Amino acid sequence: MAESIFGIHEQALRVRNERANLLANNLANADTPNFKAQDLDFRKAMQDAAGEQSPFDSQMKVTNSRHIQSEGFMSTSQYVMYRQPTQPSLDGNTVETHIEKSQFMENAMQHQATLEFLNSRITGIRGALRGE
Amino acid sequence: MSMFRILDISATGLHAQTVRLNTVASNMANVDSISSNKDEIYRSKQPVFQTILEGNLQEPTGGVRVKEIVEDQKPAKMEYNPGHPLADDKGYIYRPNVNVVEEMANMMSASRSYETNIEVMNTSKQILMRTIQLGK
Repeated sequence: MAESIFGIHEQALRVRNERANLLANNLANADTPNFKAQDLDFRKAMQDAAGEQSPFDSQMKVTNSRHIQSEGFMSTSQYVMYRQPTQPSLDGNTVETHIEKSQFMENAMQHQATLEFLNSRITGIRGALRGE
Repeated sequence: MSMFRILDISATGLHAQTVRLNTVASNMANVDSISSNKDEIYRSKQPVFQTILEGNLQEPTGGVRVKEIVEDQKPAKMEYNPGHPLADDKGYIYRPNVNVVEEMANMMSASRSYETNIEVMNTSKQILMRTIQLGK
């Protein structure tokens, strides 16, 4: 994988975005019977993203010169897991709004932190280009 | 995958909760309607929520929708009131099977869920704005 100037933060943003989607979906389905809350294993996704065969590569691996280069797509579905409820409800719904809310807030804060990292990266590179 | 999908998901939640609030309003508005026939009386309406399945894999990540609105099958309340102008031959009038306490609790729950979805949208909007302004 060609090292992007943004490093691991690029993948982190994508995973954060996917996780936010899942948590928002949990909160939207807080009153749906039989809905099972889902969450994403962020740590595992990022470990894999940093590894050799990252599922987040923008292109698929080519092992032969005659293979066709294709645009890969990022998938986080393999890291999605069902939440273990602490207090199961009678209608089979496992969304616990307080937990989902706190997780969503946590994810949002970390998302902002990632954006902050990216911003300082960009500022640094811009400074270097200007010779400041 | 679009970054703006999170807003769509929360919007489906808002819509579902609005429908729920509407059924509560309808039930509460009709709580005092009276009939001389137990088949014609207003019945409590309750929405049934369903997860929207998405994509080829039919993953449950597309938000929520109102599958249908069902009528409560509890029997209508009978009241012996022979002096009432709508009383039937046996002297009974019928009242809707709306439980006001249940409806109030339902209303609170719906408005809380609505607020939660709004909060999710607000937070997401902030993050999206910051993403758009990245590097400025």
